[in-house]
Amino acid sequence: MTTFKVNGETVTVDAPSDMPLLWVLRDELKMTGTKYGCGIAQCGACTVMFNGTAMRSCQLPLQILDGAEITTVEGLGNPERPHPVQAAWIEHQVAQCGYCQSGQIMQAAWLLASNPVPSDEDIDNAMSGNLCRCGTYPRIRAAVRTAAKTIREQDT
Amino acid sequence: MSRVKTIARRSFLIGSAAIVGGVAFGIYTTRQPHDNPLLRGLSDDEASFNPWVKISAERITLIAPHTDVGQGARSVQAALIAEELDLDFGQFDVDTGPPAPAYYNAVAATDGAPFRQRDDGFVANTGRGFISTAAKVMGLQITGGSSTVPDSFDKLRTAGAVARETLKIAASRVHKVPVDQLLTESGAVILPDGVAVPYTALAEAAAGTEPVDEVSLRPPSQWRLLGKSMLRSDIPAKSTGTLMFGIDLHRDGMLNATVRFNPRQGGVLNGYNADAAADMPGVKHIVEVSNGVAVVADNTWNAFKAADAIDFDWGEAPYPAESADHWAAVEASFSDEFLDREWRHDGDVDDALAAGPVTEALEYRAPYVAHQPLEPLSALILVTDERADIWVAHQFPRQAQEIVADIVGLKRDDVYLHNQFAGGSFGHRLEFENVRYAAEVGVQLKGTAVKLTFSREEDFAHDFLRQIGISRVRGVVNDKRIEAMDIEVATPSVLASQMARAGLPMAGPDAQIPAGIWDTPYAIPNFRVRAYRVPELAPTSSWRAVGASTGGFFLETAIDDLIHAAGGDPLEERLRLCDDPLACRVLEAVADMSGWGSDTADTVGRGIALVYSFGVYVAEVVEVSNGPRGLSIDKAWVATDVGQVLDPVAFDNQVKGGVIWGLGHAMNCEITFTDGRAEQSNYHQHTGMRMHQCPDIEVRSLGTDSKIRGIGEPTVPPAAAALSNAIFAATGQRLREMPFSKFVRFA
Repeated sequence: MTTFKVNGETVTVDAPSDMPLLWVLRDELKMTGTKYGCGIAQCGACTVMFNGTAMRSCQLPLQILDGAEITTVEGLGNPERPHPVQAAWIEHQVAQCGYCQSGQIMQAAWLLASNPVPSDEDIDNAMSGNLCRCGTYPRIRAAVRTAAKTIREQDT
Repeated sequence: MSRVKTIARRSFLIGSAAIVGGVAFGIYTTRQPHDNPLLRGLSDDEASFNPWVKISAERITLIAPHTDVGQGARSVQAALIAEELDLDFGQFDVDTGPPAPAYYNAVAATDGAPFRQRDDGFVANTGRGFISTAAKVMGLQITGGSSTVPDSFDKLRTAGAVARETLKIAASRVHKVPVDQLLTESGAVILPDGVAVPYTALAEAAAGTEPVDEVSLRPPSQWRLLGKSMLRSDIPAKSTGTLMFGIDLHRDGMLNATVRFNPRQGGVLNGYNADAAADMPGVKHIVEVSNGVAVVADNTWNAFKAADAIDFDWGEAPYPAESADHWAAVEASFSDEFLDREWRHDGDVDDALAAGPVTEALEYRAPYVAHQPLEPLSALILVTDERADIWVAHQFPRQAQEIVADIVGLKRDDVYLHNQFAGGSFGHRLEFENVRYAAEVGVQLKGTAVKLTFSREEDFAHDFLRQIGISRVRGVVNDKRIEAMDIEVATPSVLASQMARAGLPMAGPDAQIPAGIWDTPYAIPNFRVRAYRVPELAPTSSWRAVGASTGGFFLETAIDDLIHAAGGDPLEERLRLCDDPLACRVLEAVADMSGWGSDTADTVGRGIALVYSFGVYVAEVVEVSNGPRGLSIDKAWVATDVGQVLDPVAFDNQVKGGVIWGLGHAMNCEITFTDGRAEQSNYHQHTGMRMHQCPDIEVRSLGTDSKIRGIGEPTVPPAAAALSNAIFAATGQRLREMPFSKFVRFA
């Protein structure tokens, strides 16, 4: 039994200790916003916040999750109340197939939480581990800049 | 059969001949409309005027039969219907509809015709008409060939207009008002006194109204939705993690499965030992499937782990085991024995070459590459004795349905395929492995829902690749001009490989072998294009832009080589050779955008390429700079003309996505074989472009073409050539083989 928090709610999971958080979320908790893409931390589709840091959930085994606080894309916001990053993603119509975008959004949310005024190079560096096969990168860049501006304005 | 169904069954004819002046009913078999599939299960108070519109007292449902693989197909199809039906966004649901012959694609198949797409002559149009009719008779429902918009443009607007006019007749009857005094607006018929009667309130009356057979379509100047920036309907869900892809679906009591089958594609399974796997946590069943084994478990992770624990003895591959032998087979195909067709011979190339001086004989190479969209292959299936339901994203839904029916032993009509949003495709979801294996598992576990998920590694191992190919070129150049070009291209036939698996006949030469080459607008005085068909090697399938993805690279790097040998300017000579004013305008536009000819630093180089594919000219300029960390692609400019752009944001996304797709795979992707298996198993070995490598991309659409065309694929082919040409301009190093990362370093 492992107990941790997902989007503020306490969950207790009985599953093999090496089961990655990705599959705990998707198959045990039925939270499918976090996507399986590669399973080896090469695509970033499964990115979540682990104690406030963006991490690939395919690399987080259940055994290290005891007491952890996890935020997934579902916890960031929803269609009615989107997080500023999600709102920017909607405004710029970033998604094509959209399968990578949960991970892109989580990575961008973490970037802006840790670096509210990122340079273009900062954005590229932070986002380059998140693969998009459709080629939405130009719109991701624009949306991150918009989200950064929104967050700065909210904070002032 | 209720009266509603009797009447509504007379849905209208779709076809090029039928649209002008309204809807016609022909007398020949090939002109008969297909049955309206929406009538199956329709209740008496629901109306369906045609296969694309269904209205009940509660809701309006628009059918978008072209599969959404990320290109925005679902949204734009709905917008086409809504435009004429006077619906606003938010007033309707969108459904993919069932697989049905009524949703046959009249456009996609015509791209294989041996006529230049821009050829509007009698023979070309008659030939296309014949192919289109054949597609209709076969009920070929396919998403592909950049055909969603061209296929839907008249068809879906007409469907909306027929529904609108029929609703007006229903309102006229109910409210005793002459039809010509009625208007429609925002999902309602407007009576002369200004009262708005919602369409949904007219559903029952409309159900007893014979659909009109004469409508006229509104000119673009009257459009409310099309051509303007609109929010794609799937964007909010895709931006919040709430869109359910096929791989995300769940049903009560569902089990999770994965499959292992011979990674030597098409090879058999000699034997296996699953003793260890059977005892692993969560494993419920281990079942045999074609050339492999499926593990069914409580969750996907346990299924993956157990599958890893099975020992397999795989049979040999039915193709050469080593990559070197694949290349050797391509090299050996440049002979009369394998000549598929001489696609073009202008002037007299043999005479010109004899007169010389002949340029150095050069060779260009394109490797196998994989599709690998980010959502792995999956399918959820539930089979019972009476019916089978499968939830899967598929671009060939009727063929997928038929495969399931064959495997589970039911009639096709008892197989319900629920088409899903796809997490990318690029041609991957024209194949059937996930469907076939889900059906094989489902039929062994009747009554239990099973979701089959491929691991990324399994998906890579079974990707039906883009064709491998070689092109050989000689030319004659003189005083900055190309006087002769003799270009030969050899690839396996993608269409023969792919269509055989889809159970569709494929006769005659394969137009995809010389695609992007033979129909170039360059009027070289002596010009010959010969295509050789390499006997099937590894199985191949349509990869975004298909033949032109390699042909465009071959032609446009070779043209640059010849222009360089002639001492000409890459843009000037291309413009001089162009015999189509539209192609010239596209070239001039990209030159203007990029400031072609302006000074750049010594470490900077620009390359240009123009490729014609899927009826569309696309010209691209790529700018690279050579720095201490390697080559970086700084800018790309794209000019094209698809006629009227219907969804400007989706258009921009498709253009940029195609450029990034073309550049990324040219940079660093190839699939190689050893021991009969692909050596690349995940994204670390076959990556494509990452964000820090992505250039700024500027796009211009001229909007002057009279025909409307699709843009999902045509921006791919020029990208690799423009990049190679830019690297040559920046470094003096000419890259004639992809991926370029074998020869240069990218930052």
